[in-house]
Amino acid sequence: MTDVLTPPAPEAAPKPPRSPWRDVWDQFRSHRGALAGLVIFTLFLLAAAVGPYIWRVDPTFITIRARNLGPSWTYPLGTDQLGRDMLARMIAGGRISIAVGLTAMALSLVLGTLVGMLAGFFRRLDGPLMRLTDLFLSLPLLPLLLVMVMLFRESLSQRFGPETGIFILIVFAIGITSWMQTARIVRGDVLALKEREFVLAARSIGTPPGRIITRHLLPNVMSPIMVSATLGIANAIITESALSFLGLGFPPDFPTWGRLLFDAVDYIRDYPSRVIWPGVAISLVVLSANYIGDGLRDALDPRIRGR
Amino acid sequence: MAEAGRGDRPLVEVRGLTMHFPIYKGLFRRRVGEVRAVDGVSFDIRQGETLGLVGESGCGKSTCGRAILRLYDITAGSICIDGVEIGRASQATLRPMRPRMQMVFQDPQASLNPRMTLAAIIGEPLMEHTRMTAAERTARVYELMDAVGLNRTFANRYPHEFSGGQRQRIGIARALALNPRFVVCDEPIAALDVSIQAQVVNLLEELQDRFGLTYLFISHDLSMVRHIATRVAVMYLGRIVEIAGREQLYASPLHPYTQALLSAVPEPDPDYEAARRRIILTGDVPSPARPPPGCRFSTRCPKVMDICRRVAPELAEAAPGQFVACHLYPATTPEPTAGRTGGTEARPRAPAGQFQQGEPQ
Repeated sequence: MTDVLTPPAPEAAPKPPRSPWRDVWDQFRSHRGALAGLVIFTLFLLAAAVGPYIWRVDPTFITIRARNLGPSWTYPLGTDQLGRDMLARMIAGGRISIAVGLTAMALSLVLGTLVGMLAGFFRRLDGPLMRLTDLFLSLPLLPLLLVMVMLFRESLSQRFGPETGIFILIVFAIGITSWMQTARIVRGDVLALKEREFVLAARSIGTPPGRIITRHLLPNVMSPIMVSATLGIANAIITESALSFLGLGFPPDFPTWGRLLFDAVDYIRDYPSRVIWPGVAISLVVLSANYIGDGLRDALDPRIRGR
Repeated sequence: MAEAGRGDRPLVEVRGLTMHFPIYKGLFRRRVGEVRAVDGVSFDIRQGETLGLVGESGCGKSTCGRAILRLYDITAGSICIDGVEIGRASQATLRPMRPRMQMVFQDPQASLNPRMTLAAIIGEPLMEHTRMTAAERTARVYELMDAVGLNRTFANRYPHEFSGGQRQRIGIARALALNPRFVVCDEPIAALDVSIQAQVVNLLEELQDRFGLTYLFISHDLSMVRHIATRVAVMYLGRIVEIAGREQLYASPLHPYTQALLSAVPEPDPDYEAARRRIILTGDVPSPARPPPGCRFSTRCPKVMDICRRVAPELAEAAPGQFVACHLYPATTPEPTAGRTGGTEARPRAPAGQFQQGEPQ
């Protein structure tokens, strides 16, 4: 065995403890897929954030004479059936879709992790919280969403304005109906982890439960959380599309990727490119998010690091 | 009493420690019984000594060690460490007590968080109980790593990068971080190679000398306990059956279970080995959920008598300093309480050099 019994020579000055995030980044960089995903995702984010200031075309401006045009220098992605510029609509739609996807994912992740962690760690909360999870799982989601939209659309629109109001409503609706899987996974992992000896060791040190959770349990359940996070983005974008399609999401003239997709479905035979663009955008964002999640999960696990 | 004999009082006093785990069964999770993991255990540990706690798997040794540190909410009994009663204290009131009592765990792989670096693991107790700055903490971590013989350059590594012996050193360094007075070693060598076992045990002894530590050394390795312990307690099915000074116990075990246990230790000298007569116990350990009435050992005892199956024997002094719970040895002097368990007679056996109280550096 390689136990080193002699104290180190004084001239071998040990390096100060490194921040663990440096190691995470070093490992993340070595994952090609994750790096590619990060680049693509950043490009989409940039396009959505800065795009409207570069491509200054109003996505809702109707030029009835320029209907159903193919790609040209004036309209790089062509126009739709009302002569609206597709590129401008894609950029505006990406803004909403990515924002909805990220926020709804974050909300459902926080909710799911919180519920799962509390249920797994505190035995007394386990029963009530998991029955609540079962209750949410057994609710039919679409009708629930419809009811929520019907009930709260008006009041939220009045308070925050039509766009922000709907945004809050949709993010909330998606977040509140998609945290259950995360909660179950986290609870299962926490139940196994809290019996491990290092948690016992932390208790023998006198670490209070709150810090046991943040210091010992949370980092160790990071992998499943990452996986459900990346799947959550995709799920949220697609749910938002479905809601928009049913006319319950954003207003009809307000472009989102889901909306664009469903608007274009009627014209799929004549103008397939109009379906392809939003479809490709959704797929690329989802795929890059998945790769980022994959890379992060590996990078956060010190046992995989450096292989 | 606390003032009267502060110097004379044992560091750890355990009285009637009982730890039962409830069993729930059926559709409504009704309580149908309990596992009597530890059932009325009493002993003392004096400052600077090492009490070895031996017994076969599942006899409640580890539970006993964990219960003493109040990692469980004990069912009954009292635990007094350094004159403070902690048997009934809440976890919040225990927190300031924690630096004085620490634990080294059995499985060095499982007892270290795989997502923390070595520096973070050893630094955790410091973070919880001191107000050190990051630089001071790093300095202390290096100091501890030197004390347990770990290279300082390892500070940024993760537990999976170490061998079993090194991991156990990390666990020991973590336990020592806050200058504890009492350390429970829960089978610290059971998961290690024999060659590494000796290193770790020697390290523990060396640290005991340097820092004046008091150990409760839980093990099923009788020869290792003989090496490190000053007194030895033998447990069977949640009870202590015999407790005595090391030499006395190994030279003349009184309880039939202790005799059987010691007869199983291999003898290095082939001449003696040939003459060694193993006492082979028949049957299995009864379930701790349904222990036999009377003496717990009565189902397997080679010298079982009628009374054994009816009356549970109390721990009593059968020879000076040697306490046995067995009907074969009627108490020479009537014992008023079980409180005399760890008698003063065992005291001279503690190496004198280990009584020094000292802070590291």
